[in-house]
Amino acid sequence: MRAKHFAPPRLTLRFLQVWRRNFLVWRKLAVTSILGNLADPMLYMLGLGYGLGGLLPQVNGTPYITFLAGGTVCYSTMNSATFEALYSAFSRMHVQKTWEAILNAPVDLDDIVLAEEVWAASKSFLSGMAILAIIWILRLSHSPLMLWIVPLTVLIGLIFGALGLMMTALSPSYDFFLYYFTLVITPMVLLCGVFFPASQLPQALQHVSAVLPLSHAIELARPLVNGRVPERAALHVCVLIAYAVVSFYIALVLTRRRLLT
Amino acid sequence: MPGRALSASSALLQLRGVRKSYGAQEVVAGIDLEIGSGECFGLLGPNGAGKTTTLRLALGLIDPDAGEIHVLGEPVPRRAREARLRVGVLPQQDSLDPDFTVRENLLVYGRYFGLPTRTIAARIPALLEFAGLEGRAGARIPSLSGGMKRRLSLARALINDPQLIFLDEPTTGLDPQARHLIWERLKRLVVEGKTILLTTHFMEEAERLCHRVAVMDRGRIIAQGSPQELIAHHIEPQVVEVYGEGAQAWTHRHSEALCRRCEHAGETAFCYTHDGERVLATLRGRDDLRYLQRRANLEDVFLKLTGRDLRD
Repeated sequence: MRAKHFAPPRLTLRFLQVWRRNFLVWRKLAVTSILGNLADPMLYMLGLGYGLGGLLPQVNGTPYITFLAGGTVCYSTMNSATFEALYSAFSRMHVQKTWEAILNAPVDLDDIVLAEEVWAASKSFLSGMAILAIIWILRLSHSPLMLWIVPLTVLIGLIFGALGLMMTALSPSYDFFLYYFTLVITPMVLLCGVFFPASQLPQALQHVSAVLPLSHAIELARPLVNGRVPERAALHVCVLIAYAVVSFYIALVLTRRRLLT
Repeated sequence: MPGRALSASSALLQLRGVRKSYGAQEVVAGIDLEIGSGECFGLLGPNGAGKTTTLRLALGLIDPDAGEIHVLGEPVPRRAREARLRVGVLPQQDSLDPDFTVRENLLVYGRYFGLPTRTIAARIPALLEFAGLEGRAGARIPSLSGGMKRRLSLARALINDPQLIFLDEPTTGLDPQARHLIWERLKRLVVEGKTILLTTHFMEEAERLCHRVAVMDRGRIIAQGSPQELIAHHIEPQVVEVYGEGAQAWTHRHSEALCRRCEHAGETAFCYTHDGERVLATLRGRDDLRYLQRRANLEDVFLKLTGRDLRD
């Protein structure tokens, strides 16, 4: 790895044209894409929420499905950003050579990586908003504090977009992504309190949970759904921003190493 | 044009002492190149000679370990982005957007150059005509033939009306019809005064299109000049190819006296000579041998300089 790969990001508004390219493709396939992205988390929330919720007493004073809703917004956003930054970005980078074509034009790689991260966040934003809409429609909550979840989903999308792009930069093929799901995404879902409070976990696992980004997102989202101001909100926001910034930088360094040598 | 020395100011592309290594392997081992305005320049070499790496260096996608690069007066890689604004690139591998139509491919690509949609839209009809894709504007990419995709990629490389065009193996993988059509289009570009750097390992392509060529091997430029100059300078004017089981025995008897140089590839002997008639005299009446006399071409030069061994 060369010193040049570690240079600070040089970002410009030219990233918008790359973002726009992805948007135009998405617009063509939007209906199937939306369905695929939303159906899964929605079914989890409704199925587990009503099915399991019927057997459970209230969790921390709220019905189980409302408890689950706060986790599902974050989970759905994470999932959607992850898929986009792994499979779709990998097709564009490696299979279709879209990035190579763009690099021959006067657009630098830093702008392409930024565009892909923002694009992953944009797509996942829709997934987050859809869950939020369902929470609203089912009257699981109608607290105006829920509006704070809107910027939160953007942050979650940026983080998991960048983490996914790190993986994409390292991956020799699509098969490699399975490791990422097994080693990163599944633990994230099970340890960060999507389906049950992380406080139910053994102490050692709680320590792991405490450093994972999804935990911090859920610590913010869940109280907001319940109409409460999250405790230590500034800390959680800072951790999430740090995750977004650092993972973007690492994704950028790895992508430069892969494509600019 | 051929062989003309270029002053620094008139060179659209200039490489001086450029080197690039990967680990212990020096892929580009100190090359000097100058391409003048309106010139079609061919970079020839076997696979792995360093042609594509040279193009990537000139585009500023990778940094040289040593040497200086100027593209359209811009120092590269420092101002590579500014240089690329006025450069068109036809990459070796197809990189069209399969989700877009023909027209959308041109439109979206033009936007990467910061061109307004109106400007791009105004250029599209002429580019479709150039690519022989009139009436295909709405076609999806997977429905196009290999030749059509290549022509569309070429049209895409022209979307910014570039002064300098890089073509990385423009006709590799195409059938003869498609190849001839691309050659015809490239000649049009040359006539229009575009400056072209193309890499190829088809010598016929280089001989037909290029004012000057450079033969590259193992990261070095080992010969440079117009195709005619290289043929005159490096090789005997005539070639007699002799095929058949007796070819080897025939060479043993005659080649020393008749050929300046004789090469073998399987059962074929290539006899390089100044006097083809004398060679033919010894072959007439031999029904165990087939033979063919022809003028030496760039491929003969290329094989002499880079050898007949496979480079996989």
